[in-house]
Amino acid sequence: MAETSFLSPFKAVKYLFKKPKTLCYPFELKEPAARYRGFHINDWDACTGCGNCADICPNQAIQMVKIAELKAKPQEGIKDERPQLDYGRCCFCGLCVDICPPGSLSLTRDYFHIHFNTDTFTFIPKDEKRDTESFVSADEYSVLKASLSHRKKDYRGFSPDIEYSLFEPERVDMPQISPPKRKLSFIEQVIGYSKDEAKREAGRCLECKLCEDACPANLKISEYIHAISEDMPEESLRKIFEDNPIPSICGRICMKHCEDACSLRIRGDALAIRWLKRYVADTIEDYRKTLELKPGKSTGKKIAVIGAGPSGLSLAYFLRLKGYDVVVYDELPGGGGTLRTGPPTYRLPLGSIDKDVNYIKTLGVKFKFKTKVGKHIEFKKLLKEYDAVFMGIGNTVSFSTGVKNADTCCLALEFLKDNKIGKQRKVGKEVIVIGGGNVAMDAARETIRLQHMQYPNKKVITKTVSLEDWHELPATKEEVEEAKEEDIQFNPAWGPKEVVLDEKGNITGLECKKVKSVFDEKGRFAPTFYEKETMFIKGDMIIEAIGQRPDFSFMGKLANQLKFTKRKKVKVDKNGMTSIPKVFAGGDIVNINLDAVTAIADAKIAAEGINRYLSK
Amino acid sequence: MRELELYFGPQHLGMVGNFSITLKVEGDRIVKADANPGYLHRGFEKLMEYRTWMQNFPLVCRINVVEPDHIELIYSMGVEKLASIEVPLRGQFIRSIYCELARVGSHLFGLWAYANMLGFDTAAQWAMYHRDLVLDLFEELTGGRVYHIYIRPGGVRRDFPNGFEDRIIHTLHTIGSKVPDYNATFFENRIFEKRAKGVGKLNREQAKRMGAVGHAIRATGMKYDIRKIEPYAAYDQVEWEVPTREDGDVYARLLTIRDEMIESVHMIFKLIDKMPRKGAVCTKTPNPFKWNIPAGDTYVRCESSRGELGLYLVSDGGDKPYRVHFRTPSYSHGLTILEKALVGESIADVGNIMISLYVVAPEIDR
Repeated sequence: MAETSFLSPFKAVKYLFKKPKTLCYPFELKEPAARYRGFHINDWDACTGCGNCADICPNQAIQMVKIAELKAKPQEGIKDERPQLDYGRCCFCGLCVDICPPGSLSLTRDYFHIHFNTDTFTFIPKDEKRDTESFVSADEYSVLKASLSHRKKDYRGFSPDIEYSLFEPERVDMPQISPPKRKLSFIEQVIGYSKDEAKREAGRCLECKLCEDACPANLKISEYIHAISEDMPEESLRKIFEDNPIPSICGRICMKHCEDACSLRIRGDALAIRWLKRYVADTIEDYRKTLELKPGKSTGKKIAVIGAGPSGLSLAYFLRLKGYDVVVYDELPGGGGTLRTGPPTYRLPLGSIDKDVNYIKTLGVKFKFKTKVGKHIEFKKLLKEYDAVFMGIGNTVSFSTGVKNADTCCLALEFLKDNKIGKQRKVGKEVIVIGGGNVAMDAARETIRLQHMQYPNKKVITKTVSLEDWHELPATKEEVEEAKEEDIQFNPAWGPKEVVLDEKGNITGLECKKVKSVFDEKGRFAPTFYEKETMFIKGDMIIEAIGQRPDFSFMGKLANQLKFTKRKKVKVDKNGMTSIPKVFAGGDIVNINLDAVTAIADAKIAAEGINRYLSK
Repeated sequence: MRELELYFGPQHLGMVGNFSITLKVEGDRIVKADANPGYLHRGFEKLMEYRTWMQNFPLVCRINVVEPDHIELIYSMGVEKLASIEVPLRGQFIRSIYCELARVGSHLFGLWAYANMLGFDTAAQWAMYHRDLVLDLFEELTGGRVYHIYIRPGGVRRDFPNGFEDRIIHTLHTIGSKVPDYNATFFENRIFEKRAKGVGKLNREQAKRMGAVGHAIRATGMKYDIRKIEPYAAYDQVEWEVPTREDGDVYARLLTIRDEMIESVHMIFKLIDKMPRKGAVCTKTPNPFKWNIPAGDTYVRCESSRGELGLYLVSDGGDKPYRVHFRTPSYSHGLTILEKALVGESIADVGNIMISLYVVAPEIDR
């Protein structure tokens, strides 16, 4: 330390001749940093209205408000709500930005707001696209006018960055059997989450409940997922059973509309809601002990259910809990309906179906299997004996393409049914599957397995031909991907023209024509072709999987009284009742989704409807 | 002579912060001093029990306005210890650099308060300006000038922007090149020496007994620094010295502060040099809505610019802290030591002593 002195401070005199460091505000402005945490900006087109920003906000400065000009799209996971900021409470921490799943919310470098009206501090942020008035270019901008309604364009500050997001964008990988191994047998492809994996995956859920709006049956998804994350599968199962009595089935083959709405899917992977449901259903061995559900007080009324598919099973469950005597008729030897015959064993083993069916049985629902209504018992008799009849018969008859020699092909539903619950079919070495939907994928993937089993170590080929091009394929992406992994060849945008036979009448292949368009301008199915552009696809067996329809012949003459919608679905009222009194319907014959969870939703409506109808 | 009771603060020109001291004086000699905290009590510790683990980190910084960074750090360290989270190495280095920048900024602010209070306005204005340069760095790194909300459980919120290390070095060189001027106008100024030497004197035993930490105890010759005793972040990765003085008076404390600033600047250069160029800066923490931390309690401590800062954190296994308690250096400095150090001094030296102890009122009240 130097000696102190009275004179040393005078060395500072030199600063008298230097320029001042202070800025002459407002003529000299200091540009805020690129990461500055100022006022919010929200891209309304990207925002889903999930409300995670409002949930994380430590100061409760964010509120979700309904916006009249926006339309909610629950199937896509979009709400008509957008965040509203209260700048009297906001602390500009930016947690809302880091939790925002779509990354629509950012902070800008604006930080001035001067106004006589304090209400203006409550503010719904938009971005330049939506609010062209408030956002002005740098030239037009004046700091003297700066406020929430006079802001600079393209002036983003603290912005979302997926790397530093507060949520986990990546899904916990589901253990699966590898494609080369799984295509050799019918072993179930998906192994299922372990306890730890399920807890981790469930822990990703942000509980924004977009999924619940998207689910046709409105399952309390966030609640049962929460229970899994807390390691309480029992509680989770109880929550599931409030709306869905077939979790073991749905946990495997649900079309998972919920996952299409999950807010995490936008910048990451959707939460594996379906696999988590499966985890719960598989973890709990005896539903009965956990659920302790009892049938309601007997109403003395009897309900007949035709078809033990998802809608029939669910309806039986819901009405049994309300105290009705329910009898379920099905021609198959067990429950599940189309699910028993359709989805191949590698996706839905029979044991999983029986687990759910057997539980519903223990509640006192009577099942009459191997009993075909119209053959073993008359439909009219059911109408007479029961207080109400529910039809959940599903689509059981495959369409044929109707091209030349189409009668030599086999139909997908029968093919799948025989392989699953009957005698395994003999397949060719080079098989063509016509169709691009999920049934076609099932048929193709089942075929390749049978080929490997029937011709071990031989070269086998399975190919699909579909009218739809890659981007239009009606099958789920997952199915298409997995089929590709199993070396199934695709011929999209080709339509069948003729099945080609040799002189002995054996199939040698399929003559195809190029598709011009599949849908007309109104989006209806109306394929057009380039007739001259043809292709020959070699094959010794053809499976047609181009669609299914229901069979109402069991109703006899009464079938004529059934009314249908424009889309050829059975017309039902808000109670689920058809045009025939006492007859209710649900499932694939009613809805256009053609899946299990929508069938459950139909059953819920019909159960309420029947209850109302019979308690009059 | 008649004994008078004098209310010093909270509204008083010599008082920095919302804090008051009731003085018993004889003439202008202080006979007894009673510190009255509580003017700034906002109930942070209680409030934290109502907020989730993640929601708390933007809150804690508000406990100390002057230097929010170490409070953020200590909270994150506590949560990490309870939840067994490891911070990536680059994150640790960034934390250390960030905290040392905070120390420089905070000391400059303290220097402003002190010099301003004694009437050395030139040095005070310089200190304020240089602190602003540090705040510019913070703004660029974190998006905020005062409340940075940067250190979060698991690491830090964002990586350095491109070329940020160069700008740190540039800014620190700018500030460092003014050290001779600071010395000339302030530290080597005879008036400062006259005002500070021998005032508010503490010996090492007294300091230890009354819980002095940080520069207050280092000014009595004790090398007590948590960064050395219990290295956290990246402090064990580089060589550095703990500056000390022997006298234990205001003068020694201020010189310790100056030496510490210089040491911090050197340390930042070394840290930047040794820092891994790439890598994660933050460990992914669980979903903030479902983050339950296993039941348990922990005590963590770090060396803030005012001295040892501790946090006692209890979790009952839930998504919110069960109990949070901060052990802040201003508590012992402002309540125990100040009361003792003021006895026998003149009224004119109240601010002198108080600011040299670096008492930040919000930290006492929490």
